[in-house]
Amino acid sequence: MADFNQELDASGLNCPLPILRAKKTLNGMEAGEILHVIATDPGSVKDFDAFSKQTGNELMESKEDGGKFHFMIKKN
Amino acid sequence: MDEKKLAIIATKGSLDWAYPPFILASTASALGYETQIFFTFYGLQLLKKKLELQVTPLGNPGMPMPMGMDKWFPILGMTLPGMQGMMTKMMKQKMKDKGVASVEELRELCQEAEVKLIACQMTVDLFDMDSSQFIDGVEYAGAAAFFEFAGESDICLYI
Repeated sequence: MADFNQELDASGLNCPLPILRAKKTLNGMEAGEILHVIATDPGSVKDFDAFSKQTGNELMESKEDGGKFHFMIKKN
Repeated sequence: MDEKKLAIIATKGSLDWAYPPFILASTASALGYETQIFFTFYGLQLLKKKLELQVTPLGNPGMPMPMGMDKWFPILGMTLPGMQGMMTKMMKQKMKDKGVASVEELRELCQEAEVKLIACQMTVDLFDMDSSQFIDGVEYAGAAAFFEFAGESDICLYI
């Protein structure tokens, strides 16, 4: 997995909390920095894709590993 | 990117119906929408400092019942004292188990994200409520004020 600047573990949280927490964390980051989000909500896969498209924060990576979903988001 | 706008009218005051306005408003804010919720009639319950929201299976055949309770307790059984309180307790526990946010938490997230919460002044008066019962930051206005924002909104929902 690529390098990241901050990590957010949203495991066990359900919609819309992973997105809201991610947004909050991104607010405190600099442009170009990368946030690694870990989630267990299967709905988060489509949600982070949609979040990226609508906010312009690039979703660099989205994958499942051992029942957890990992997202790499670059702050714009 | 031009800021999009979401206008919501929240008219219901039960635990289950408290979720759609707060989930959609907080998410919309995270996506960059400017958001307002106009609370009217029973929706005003969602603005109370101390939320005492309940769910009821009465008049709601779509509500999934735990442990086959719908077979053991036909509709009349649901009118028994304490039944609504029990159903509410079970629903809250289930939400906690599944990692669903509480209404209080979602409401706080909405306020943090500067979602504008507006209480319908007419229904506040109608129900003899007053602003001391409501959380801080609530604004009071009428239908015309709602249209000023809703008329320019990209999405407008009646919940």
